[in-house]
Amino acid sequence: MDDTKRYERLLNRYRDGDISRRTFLTALGAAGVVAGVTGGPMGMLAKTARAATPEQVRFDGWGGVVSEAFEKYAFAPYTKKTGIKVISGTFGGADEYIARVKAGQPGEFNLAHLSGVFDYARYHGLELTSELNEANIPNLQNVIPSLIEPLRKISGGTLSAVPYDYGTTGIAYNRKYISDDEAKAKGAKLMIDEAYKGKIGGWGEWKTRVWYGALQSDQDPNNIKDIDAVWDMIRSHRDLALKYWSSGAELMSLLAEEEIYVTEGWSGRIKALQDQGHDIGYLDPAGGLGWQECLFVLRGSPMAACEELLNFMLEPEVAIAVAEGQSYPPALDPNKVELGKIIPTLPAFDPKGTLASLSFFDPAYWNENEADWSKTFSRVQRGY
Amino acid sequence: MAADITGTRRAPWMLLSPSLATVGLLLIIPMLFIVVYSFWLRTATGADQVGFYLDNWIEVLGDRFYRDILFQTFAIAFYTTVICALVGYIPAYFVANTPVKSKAFLLLMLMLPFWISYIIRTMSWINILGTSGALNTVMLSLGIIDGPIQMLYNQTTVVLGLVHYLLPFMILNVYVSLDGIDKNLTEAAQSLGCTGFQAFREVTLPLSLPGLAAGSLLCFVLAAGTYITPIVLGGPRDAMFANLVFEAIVTQLNWPLGSALSLVLLALLGALVVIYTRYLGIDQIAKSFE
Repeated sequence: MDDTKRYERLLNRYRDGDISRRTFLTALGAAGVVAGVTGGPMGMLAKTARAATPEQVRFDGWGGVVSEAFEKYAFAPYTKKTGIKVISGTFGGADEYIARVKAGQPGEFNLAHLSGVFDYARYHGLELTSELNEANIPNLQNVIPSLIEPLRKISGGTLSAVPYDYGTTGIAYNRKYISDDEAKAKGAKLMIDEAYKGKIGGWGEWKTRVWYGALQSDQDPNNIKDIDAVWDMIRSHRDLALKYWSSGAELMSLLAEEEIYVTEGWSGRIKALQDQGHDIGYLDPAGGLGWQECLFVLRGSPMAACEELLNFMLEPEVAIAVAEGQSYPPALDPNKVELGKIIPTLPAFDPKGTLASLSFFDPAYWNENEADWSKTFSRVQRGY
Repeated sequence: MAADITGTRRAPWMLLSPSLATVGLLLIIPMLFIVVYSFWLRTATGADQVGFYLDNWIEVLGDRFYRDILFQTFAIAFYTTVICALVGYIPAYFVANTPVKSKAFLLLMLMLPFWISYIIRTMSWINILGTSGALNTVMLSLGIIDGPIQMLYNQTTVVLGLVHYLLPFMILNVYVSLDGIDKNLTEAAQSLGCTGFQAFREVTLPLSLPGLAAGSLLCFVLAAGTYITPIVLGGPRDAMFANLVFEAIVTQLNWPLGSALSLVLLALLGALVVIYTRYLGIDQIAKSFE
């Protein structure tokens, strides 16, 4: 609920006689004090800082090579053509970014490179979605339809984001200690194998832990019947694990330094390790986890400017360059766009463009359980 | 005459007003926001439900999970403080008894770690204690061990990282205390028949206790409020209370619960500071920053 709605509700309550004149004025006075701190002079500063004006838009992403590719292939030509500057920012994770957006004001943040469907639904739940005019983004026609539809379903037929890339969270293992055959035979249960106690890692994120706990207890992650069995699997993994990693850099370091021999991993990061010469195997087990990333436009942003930037970023030349930089396939449909020689070699790439072999988070199901499971995971992680 | 008296009474408040305004705007009012937040609720979508609900407080104060993590946090902070006190006293004594010329250089050396980011200093232990880190490499090359030893990602490394971070605070506080002791007192004790050790035990150590206490308070409070060190150097189970605050606010987007958790930690550490101030005085800590 925004401030305007709050004031309207307060006024209605006063008009309906639910609150006295004195209470009404006191509430307004309190709002004035709050505005004095957060909205008045600070608000003016925020307005200066925010990039909601047509002269500039703000883009937040993961930094590193991805941001460099965006800067070179999208932002620079975009600014040259339109005169609109792109203020580029970075974040460490989706949770951190959503906390920042929640603390900000509409228009302060404009575009972000976010994790796909689950976060899209979260932003929609927080009333942060916008409505794109798809006619202004002709390159959207080149995007894989099965990546667009889940987003459209959440926001009632319209779009607040365009899909940009996809990947998987599969099992990464050191081939010096674990053979391809063993990994294939054990699948997700490789990560609860006592033989590798103290040499197992895992992403310390509740969704991934629950997903793999479901696979390890032979359940469908999008329709868990026995959640206690899942928590038991997470406990088993926790007791065998050396470390829960929290970033791609940490994941790569733990595997490269042989601190751990097996963990889940992001397909692009494992490809980067393989390219560096590390003998790391990668397996998407049955029911392995696929995901997409999207370019999200937040409510309150200058839509026309953002739509034009999205169209630039979906240009095949830009999308392919970024994809090669981060080792994740672009969301472009291989049936419509020639993707070059490197993209088809990337892990998780689907030459058919249907992504039928991948499993994704069911956003409705996972969002429904998010509050309960994220809190329970925090406890299970600490020995409960 | 009356106007003069009123003016005299107003003068201190006028002089204090910039400080009071700063403290009020940057500390008191934000703190009040946190207090208000702690009575709201998080809805299923992650949005906040405004109102007056005691649910967060009932959960935080009634749930054993939070008490256990709080106990674990204070235990880690206690171990860190004790180690800092034992390890920090010796260099502080050395610096305090060094000729004035070298003292400035040694104090500069003491401040040097502050020029490097705390996170980088913490992460440096991964390169030292990792299975392919410096320590394992040296021991392997000397034939002391057959294979690398797993030293990282447990509670011991969390304490080690905290000691590394907080030791300069302890040394500075103890140094200030030792430096203020009149050297004639030690000489007088020795002239009356005390050995060097007896003079230290009977004169120097008791007089340096306020500095040791101030350093201990700082180390304990800073250690109990940390959340980076367990993330970088801890294993899956190693968490401190601030990690729960971080998870509630950032991961679960539950600002009301996170507010209640942070207020609990603030109240407990604040109580510790109040007790310290009541019996020892806060001015000892201020001296080390002069």
